Amino acid sequence: MKILVCITHVPDTTSKIQFTDNNTKFDKSGVQFIIGPYDDYALARAVELKEQTGGSLTVLNVGEAETEPTIRKALAIGADDAIRVNAFPKDSLFVAKQIAHYAKEGGYDLILMGRESIDFNGGMVHGMVGELLGMPSISPVMKLDIEGSTAKMAREIEGGKEYLEVSLPFIAGCQEPIAEWKIPNMRGIMSARTKPLNVVDAVSDETATSVVEFQLPPAKGDVKLIDKDNVEELVRLLKNEAKVL
Amino acid sequence: MSILVYIEQADGAIKKTSLEAISFAKALADKEGGDVTAVALGSIDQGELGKTGSAGAAKVLHVNDEKLNAGVIQAHAAAVAQAFEKVGAKTLVLAKSSLGDAVAARLAIKLNAGLVSNVTDLPDTGSGYKVKRSIYTGKAFAETELSTDNKILAVKKNAIDLKTDGADAAVENFEVSLDESVFAAKITSTDQATGDILLPEADIVVSGGRGMKGPENWNLIEDLAKELGAATGCSKPVSDIGWRPHHEHVGQTGVKVAPTLYVAVGISGAIQHLAGVNSSKYIVVINKDPEAPFFKAADYGIVGDAFEVLPKLTEAVKALK
Repeated sequence: MKILVCITHVPDTTSKIQFTDNNTKFDKSGVQFIIGPYDDYALARAVELKEQTGGSLTVLNVGEAETEPTIRKALAIGADDAIRVNAFPKDSLFVAKQIAHYAKEGGYDLILMGRESIDFNGGMVHGMVGELLGMPSISPVMKLDIEGSTAKMAREIEGGKEYLEVSLPFIAGCQEPIAEWKIPNMRGIMSARTKPLNVVDAVSDETATSVVEFQLPPAKGDVKLIDKDNVEELVRLLKNEAKVL
Repeated sequence: MSILVYIEQADGAIKKTSLEAISFAKALADKEGGDVTAVALGSIDQGELGKTGSAGAAKVLHVNDEKLNAGVIQAHAAAVAQAFEKVGAKTLVLAKSSLGDAVAARLAIKLNAGLVSNVTDLPDTGSGYKVKRSIYTGKAFAETELSTDNKILAVKKNAIDLKTDGADAAVENFEVSLDESVFAAKITSTDQATGDILLPEADIVVSGGRGMKGPENWNLIEDLAKELGAATGCSKPVSDIGWRPHHEHVGQTGVKVAPTLYVAVGISGAIQHLAGVNSSKYIVVINKDPEAPFFKAADYGIVGDAFEVLPKLTEAVKALK
């Protein structure tokens, strides 16, 4: 089985979010970048599936040269090779077009990625790639097993799960608990240095959206503390001040 | 010109978030001119479809095909695309959800439409077409410009107040032609908490963390939730240990909630948890550690032991009624 896992290069979940250049650019200073947490789940499951069924595992990222350490980490976790589409990921459509092109070229049986990136939270790329390639797209997938050419999945819905079956090839946006995150071991880290990382050009420049300005939410006021022996006061405030009861 | 709204149902009932999406579309139509048409898929009775009118729809296109009762992503996308064409719409509005996101992404390609998700405010159409959306899991916003003729807006909960004063909508049967290939992904069964208030759609949420000390104490959380008419949630460690099911995990990699009131009990307030709740209107924190970082994000706080405070709070809420 040929598996493709698409990964994002995003600020660590504990990062303080700030902007520069008149609120038009993300402020990268002091920020650590990681594999998107949802993509990391997809990658972990892909490594397990490859161990079970054999075949190959390729990771793909749309990003500029700065994303290579993140890609190398994916190689250390267990991908065999990598593709970096050398372009700034301008919007979801732009990213989906690159993935669709290289996914088609590679003839993959299974295309996995996170349910959404944790920077823009769009959650659109898997569906767009599915439509571009005329393949089923399923998201958010929390369980995935492959039996022959059929995949059995659980997809999270509001308040529960939905179980599905679909034939390969297809695309899935993944989330926990599909697999446990894998931490690269020393052998993985050493071998990642020499695994192929192919840099390719963007195949389309099409976008549909652009960010005009970033904004931070207004600062929160101080917490109003209520004595633990006077919980009636909290109920009164929720009713009369906040008007939520 | 009509704005089309894709609405979702669960067991024949239209979801409240979908009714909010209709009210959002109505406010947009009032601003730009035109009216709102909803498209409903699967078995739903006439009375229920009429409800779309009180939320702001002038008309509902009803695709009465039981094969669409379940959320088959490709089939829903194909049906909604046909409704979009029939109405001659330029804008599609829907509620952000597990199914809505998946369907909207495919529609963006089908309709050559720019898609903006997590929309928090009505578009600014003064010069160009700009939409405010939530990004970085609620830690920031992006004013986003759409450059396409066709547009899709996936609206975040609480982006607008639900309208309830509209006249009944006219219901029109709508036939779609669906290729067998759109049913390639087969839903074999669903496993859903019934009768409960769904966490992502709840107006009030009561969540517990490790401070609850074990799953056997969750009755305290549930009692308060019941009095408040709230859904229950939990922190990531709690779902990781298996005290509570994963679909109750609120946070960066779990469910993002946007209730009017979020009550956090025995949760310290790690940044990843805050990312899932920062769209709440009001936050109440109950924690015995006065240094818990959650207090900095709270509107109201009680420093105290959950096991003492919760029963008293439940009683106080009961006394209110």
